[in-house]
Amino acid sequence: MSNPALTEAVFYILLSLMQPMHGYGIMQNVEELSGGRVKLAAGTLYGAIATLLEKGWITALPGPSDNRNKKEYQITENGKQAVQSELLRLQELLNNGKRITEGLK
Amino acid sequence: MRKIIHKVFFAWDFDKEEKWLNELAAKGLSLIGVGLFRYEFEETLPGEYSYKLELLEKNINHPESQQYLAFLEETGAEHVGSWIRWAYLRKKRSEGEFELFSDNASRAKHLVRILTLIGVIGALNLLAFFYNLTIFFIFHNSVSLFSLLNLLLALLFTFGFIRLWRKRKKLKTEQSLFE
Repeated sequence: MSNPALTEAVFYILLSLMQPMHGYGIMQNVEELSGGRVKLAAGTLYGAIATLLEKGWITALPGPSDNRNKKEYQITENGKQAVQSELLRLQELLNNGKRITEGLK
Repeated sequence: MRKIIHKVFFAWDFDKEEKWLNELAAKGLSLIGVGLFRYEFEETLPGEYSYKLELLEKNINHPESQQYLAFLEETGAEHVGSWIRWAYLRKKRSEGEFELFSDNASRAKHLVRILTLIGVIGALNLLAFFYNLTIFFIFHNSVSLFSLLNLLLALLFTFGFIRLWRKRKKLKTEQSLFE
């Protein structure tokens, strides 16, 4: 498996960060994007941001203060690639799921 | 009016501790400070707050912990007190549901953090016991027999470790089906 599934949290965080956004903004954006279905808890989001920074999928934008919380983040090229391959994977799931279940109707 | 309650909870029962705090908060006794086995409450409206506990990765005064707590406060949570690495957090119920973790992976990660702490303390006690046992047999220094306490502590922490390990295993099983 060269391309393991992203968690829902990571997928939505990466989508949110197509524009610069700070932590709390991501939480609100994800809830809105998913129509209220996905509510990222603060601890989960914070851990995911740290991991994504480490992986180089997102980057912290240089801000006026050193305060990490007001810091804005943005997706990197590697992050965009990860989203692209996740989209392919999801497309495959969706296609197979539809094709096989439609035959059962 | 302030009220102080002394009560003992072990690290592996932190969810019971959380439940206890939430039950008191539902009756209008809200936690505002903590110490060793010591809880300080103030009277508030019943059910005004919900509480969560987290074992932080670093000590409470470490800049990383401070940054994390500041982040939590930005999301509407309030840090009411801490004891070594344990942070006691609350949020007004009117501001919505209070969760620190929203998927099983991050919940499991938190449990592993607690397991590591319990494991290290347990192992240190076991080492201290064997070290003193050796001293007893070589030098016949009977004071070192007090180290039986270390053995008891090591056994207690082993018990806690197994309990928490089971909880994590349950999470893992669920994780193999759901995120």
